[in-house]
Amino acid sequence: MLEVSNLQASAGQREILKGIDLKVNPGEVHAIMGPNGSGKSTLAGVLAGRDGLEVTGGSATFKEQDLLELEPEERAREGVFLAFQYPVEIPGVNNAYLLKAALNEVRKHRGEPELDAMDFMTLIRERMQLLEMDDTLLNRPVNEGFSGGEKKRNEIFQLAVLEPSLAILDETDSGLDIDALKIVANGVNAMRSPERSMVVVTHYQRLLHYIVPDFVHVLSGGRIVKSGGKELALELEEKGYGWIESAPAVV
Amino acid sequence: MAAGNVMSTATQTVEELAKQEYKYGFVTDVEQETIPKGLSEDVIRRISAIKQEPEWLLEWRLNAFRVWSKMSEPEWHNVHYNKVDYQDISYYSAPKQKKQLESLDDVDPEIRATFDKLGISLDEQKRLSGVAVDAVFDSVSVATTFKGTLANLGIIFCSFSEAVRDHPELVRKYLGTVVPHSDNFFAALNSAVFSDGSFAYIPKGVKCPMELSTYFRINAANTGQFERTLLVADEGAEVSYLEGCTAPQRDENQLHAAVVELVALEGATIKYSTVQNWYPGDAEGKGGIYNFVTKRGTAFDNAKITWTQVETGSAITWKYPSCILQGDNSVGEFYSVAVTNNRQQADTGTKMVHLGKNTRSTIISKGISAGLGQNTYRGLVRIGKGATSARNFSQCDSLLIGDRCGAHTFPYLEVKNTSSQVEHEASTSKIGEDQIFYCRQRGLSTEDAVNLIVNGFCKEVFRELPMEFAVEAQKLLSISLEGSVG
Repeated sequence: MLEVSNLQASAGQREILKGIDLKVNPGEVHAIMGPNGSGKSTLAGVLAGRDGLEVTGGSATFKEQDLLELEPEERAREGVFLAFQYPVEIPGVNNAYLLKAALNEVRKHRGEPELDAMDFMTLIRERMQLLEMDDTLLNRPVNEGFSGGEKKRNEIFQLAVLEPSLAILDETDSGLDIDALKIVANGVNAMRSPERSMVVVTHYQRLLHYIVPDFVHVLSGGRIVKSGGKELALELEEKGYGWIESAPAVV
Repeated sequence: MAAGNVMSTATQTVEELAKQEYKYGFVTDVEQETIPKGLSEDVIRRISAIKQEPEWLLEWRLNAFRVWSKMSEPEWHNVHYNKVDYQDISYYSAPKQKKQLESLDDVDPEIRATFDKLGISLDEQKRLSGVAVDAVFDSVSVATTFKGTLANLGIIFCSFSEAVRDHPELVRKYLGTVVPHSDNFFAALNSAVFSDGSFAYIPKGVKCPMELSTYFRINAANTGQFERTLLVADEGAEVSYLEGCTAPQRDENQLHAAVVELVALEGATIKYSTVQNWYPGDAEGKGGIYNFVTKRGTAFDNAKITWTQVETGSAITWKYPSCILQGDNSVGEFYSVAVTNNRQQADTGTKMVHLGKNTRSTIISKGISAGLGQNTYRGLVRIGKGATSARNFSQCDSLLIGDRCGAHTFPYLEVKNTSSQVEHEASTSKIGEDQIFYCRQRGLSTEDAVNLIVNGFCKEVFRELPMEFAVEAQKLLSISLEGSVG
C-alpha cells in the first residue's frame, strides 16, 4: 500500500524529517506518536502533498506509484485521504456540496458514474449515522461555525463517504471530549477493512484505547526512533517520551 | 511551516492563473456604415437624420450636447485610465441593411454566425428558451423575436429607434425623467449621441409572461457605444429584463457609456438583471472596454425595483445602478458581483434614495479581486426628511485572490429622518492557500476549488438571477478567474 523510505523534508530552511522509513500493508493501522515538534504533522502533510513542504530526499510509493510525483488532488483521487488537524473553514460553500463534488471526482477517476443527487443523499445519510451527526451540518458552510468536535467528526464523515484506501488521521483526537472521541473512534473503526490502511498520528495514547493499532511508531527529532505493537503505546503513556528520546534509534 | 514560504507559493500560483485569453475575442467582418470621427452639433444632426428622428428628439440631443460641452469628466472615482479623446471616436456605426427583414432567415449570415459563437443563436432562443431577444448588433437592432406574443398583451418591446418611430408619445413622456440629459458627464454624452437600445412598456396590470432579453455587442473598431434603454412598467405591471454582454477582442480602448432608465409606476415590479462581460483587456492591461454607465430607476407608491448585476468584464467599470424610492412603501434592491482580474478596475455600487414613507432598500455587494485588479464599492444611502420609517440594509463583502489586488469600500450614509433604520455590514476575506489545499486534498482541481469558493461567496447574488442566467454567470465567473490561482 504505502512504502516510505528514507524520506527527508524541510519547511523553509528548517529540516524537519530526517529519514523516515515506514511500510504500511493493506488493512493495517499504524500509529505515529511523538512529542510536539517531532515531525508528525509534517509527515502527514508531505504524504498529502501540502504546499510549503519540500521533499529533500528519499521516496514514497503508494500502490506502486511514486506518490511524491502526484499533485495533491491526484493523490486524493488515488485514495489518499488526510483528516486535517485543523479542518479549514470555507464560508458560503455548502458542506454537502463540497462532499458531492469530491466524491464525484473520486468516482470519475475510478471510472465509476457520477452519483446523482438522490443516490448521493441516500449514501450520506447512511454514513452520517456512523458519526451520529446532526443533519443540519450538511447544509451549513464547510466547517464554518462548527465546534471543534463537529469539525473533527466532519472529517471522519468525509472519510466514510469517500472511502479512501489510505486514511491519514492527523491529531484527530485533539480538541475532542471523551464522548466525541468515542463517536469519532467508532466511525473510524467502522471504516477499518482488509483493503483499507490507516496512519493515525497522535500525541496522546488515549485515542489508541479506542482505535487499536497494529503497529506503533515513535517519531522524535524527525526520525522513527522506536517501533512496536500496540503495547508500545501503553509503555509511552506510563513513561512519557523522555526515555525514548534518549534511547538510540531503532531501524 | 514557514509562513513566508507558503505566501510566496501563493503569489506564484496566482501569477500562473492570471494568463487566460479572453474567450469571446473575435471580430466579425460586416460592412459598416460609420460616421467619421469627432463630435459636434453637425454630427448629432446627422445621427438624428440617419435615424429619421422627430424634431423634439433632435432638440433634446442638442441640449444634452450643449450641457455636456461645458462639463468636465469626473475624477472622484477610484479608477485610473488615460483620458478619452472624445474627438477621436466615431459616434455612429450600423450594419448596412439592404432591405427590411421579414424573418430571422434574412439576417446577415455573418451576424448570425457571431451570435452562434456567443451561444445565442436566435432561433434556438426562439424555439427553446421562451426568451424574447432583441438582438443589438453594434448599434442597430437586426432582429426582434416574440413580438407577436407580447403584442397580444399590449406589451411593447422593441429597439429604441422603433419606439421613437412607433410610440413617440411614450418615449417623449418618459425619456429623461429618471436620468435627465444633464445628470452627469457620461449620461449627457449618451443623451447627445445615443444610437439605439431597447424600449419596453408593460401596460397596467400586465405581468410579462417571459423574460425580456437583450444582447449588446461592440463590433466596430473605434466605435463608441451609446445604448439607451427605457423600461416603463405601468401601474401594477411586472417585468423581468435580462441584459447580457460579450464583446470581441480589441487592441484600442473602447468607450461604452450607456444609460438605462426604469420607471415603475404605482404597484409595479421591475427586475433588471445584467451579466456584463465586455473585453477586459489583456494581462498587461492593454485594450479593453471603458464602461461608464448610468442606470437608475424611479419607484412610485408600492413599486419595487431590483437590480442584479454580475460584472466580469471591462477594463474600467463605472456603474451605480440606483433607485429613487419616491413613492410610499416602495422597495429598492441591489445585488451585485463585480470581478476584477489582471489590471481591471471597477468602481461600482448603488444609490438608494429614500423619499417616500416606509421605503425599504437592500444592498448586497460582492467584490472579487484577483491579479492586479482593483475593486471599489461605492454606495450612497440617502434618507430624505419625509422618508418616515425608512429602512436600509447594506452588506459589502470583498474577496481577494492573491496578494497584489485591492478592495476598497466607500459607503456614504445621509440620514435626515430620525425614524429610519440604516444598517451596514462589511467584510474582507482572502481565498487562502489552506482552503485550496483542503479542497484539493478532497480531489478537486485548483480551478474547481477556486470556483467553488467564489461561487459560495456569490451565492446570495446568484440566487437573485433567473435560472439560465445564473448558470451563465457562474460560467463567466470561472472564465474570468481562470488562471488567477495555480
